[in-house]
Amino acid sequence: MSSAVRQWRRPPLIADARLRWALGLGALLYLGLALASLEVNWARVSEGLVRGWRFVEGFLQPDFSSRSDDILLGLQESITMTITATVAGVALSIPFGIGAARNIAPAPVYYCCRALIAFARTFQEVLIAIFFVAMFGFGAFAGFLTLTLSTVGFLGKLLAEDIEDIDETQVEAIRATGAGWWQVLDYAVRAQVMPRLIGLSVYRFDINFRESAVIGIVGAGGIGATLNTAMDRYEYDSAAAVLLIIIAIVMLTEYISGFVRRQVQ
Amino acid sequence: MAVHQRAEVRVWQRRSTPAQLLLWCGWLLLVVVTVFAWQLMTRETLWVFVADAPQQAADIGARMWPPRWSYMERLWWPLWETLNIATLGTLLALLVAVPTAFLAARNTTPSVRLVRPLALLVIVTSRSINALIWGLLLVAIIGPGQLAGIFAIALRSIGFIGKLLYEAIEEIDAGQVEAVAATGASRAQVIDYAIVPQVAPALAGIVLFRWDINIRESTILGLVGAGGIGLALESSLNVLAWPQVSLILLVILVTVLLSEWVSARVRHALI
Repeated sequence: MSSAVRQWRRPPLIADARLRWALGLGALLYLGLALASLEVNWARVSEGLVRGWRFVEGFLQPDFSSRSDDILLGLQESITMTITATVAGVALSIPFGIGAARNIAPAPVYYCCRALIAFARTFQEVLIAIFFVAMFGFGAFAGFLTLTLSTVGFLGKLLAEDIEDIDETQVEAIRATGAGWWQVLDYAVRAQVMPRLIGLSVYRFDINFRESAVIGIVGAGGIGATLNTAMDRYEYDSAAAVLLIIIAIVMLTEYISGFVRRQVQ
Repeated sequence: MAVHQRAEVRVWQRRSTPAQLLLWCGWLLLVVVTVFAWQLMTRETLWVFVADAPQQAADIGARMWPPRWSYMERLWWPLWETLNIATLGTLLALLVAVPTAFLAARNTTPSVRLVRPLALLVIVTSRSINALIWGLLLVAIIGPGQLAGIFAIALRSIGFIGKLLYEAIEEIDAGQVEAVAATGASRAQVIDYAIVPQVAPALAGIVLFRWDINIRESTILGLVGAGGIGLALESSLNVLAWPQVSLILLVILVTVLLSEWVSARVRHALI
């Protein structure tokens, strides 16, 4: 007898050996091709590391004061844009969300609302912002419209899914009392989805602030525009100040929205 | 819930009167804040531009149609770049995010007081800043091109993957960890045999989800010079070549839908 000690080996992730090898080789081949097509200008990169160090220095000594007017204006635009867009977006997403719920909306309304929500969700905020800036001119108003549209896409979809998931017995119970469509909506549907709607709205506020910092890069106002200007002028210490402010506000809104969501759910 | 006696009839109300008042004050405050914010925001708005928006939209729409199909032959390479930015960026993020998540999870971190807050700080910083802003910084530092895009995607994804993974690690079944530890396994073996198998499906799902998001994000990174199809979009927008813009938007749409389909199929196969 040979030393037939039975040793346990972990089962592989993919049971079929041929498929395993094919997938592994395919992944390697792709990685090779992708890395080969990567053009890197090493001279530029090493030159850039010096600048990178200046940026790190800027982070250690952020300059809040010399561009404080620009920063305050950008911050004000971002915050007002976030508030108005969230309120308008939530207000609009409620009718669209109700319209896109299969269990309470008639078929034609359902398809119209679904199509609109799908359209609002397809493109990145930045791409939508480019068009709104071209149509409505530079500034916070274009940003407001962008954020409102994407809020409708986000909340409308989630609200519709929530309404589709509600407990039907409560709807039946309210209907059995002789309630009309609006009363069913108010007492059976609203009562069930309201906590999650509030939670999602607060969450969306959080997202909208983050996005407001991005769409400024394409001209839709807000703190992103300030950041873009600071980078264009190579003022890394001011840019670092803007970034630190963004991080602080994002952390604050995330904390508040987490708190509110725990309270209502 | 409150019941009121009103002229011999007991009336049911959902809230007591003070609670009702408080609620109304809350709504009033929301309205006041919104109106105030609206006024601040639109102070600088030029309503002339807003008023002629329908004409502008019709004008742009007319210029965009039909798309310039022949431009497609110059889009294949940027499209390949976009795919690489998203994929290599996700892989790079995975390399950093997995150790960070293990350092951040309460049950695997070597030190709750020192290492955990540091790892959480890395995750929060990475999450707070959008890939486009990372791109803006990296293009200024290491120059325009694909490399900046890959790093921008990676830096943003570290926080995303790290956060979801460390939450998954904290939610694992402690019984399996204890069982493996009871066999005399070392710390590394416990992680390898008890923790990794439990979080692997979650990790696969998270990475796929992020890859899907990264495909979307990498299509616009070119706007700040970080490579990919956004670069073509930026140059077409700069020369107002609207037929090219509409073709690029169509290509982006198809790419996004395809990536969504692929990630849904792979997720279905894995989990």
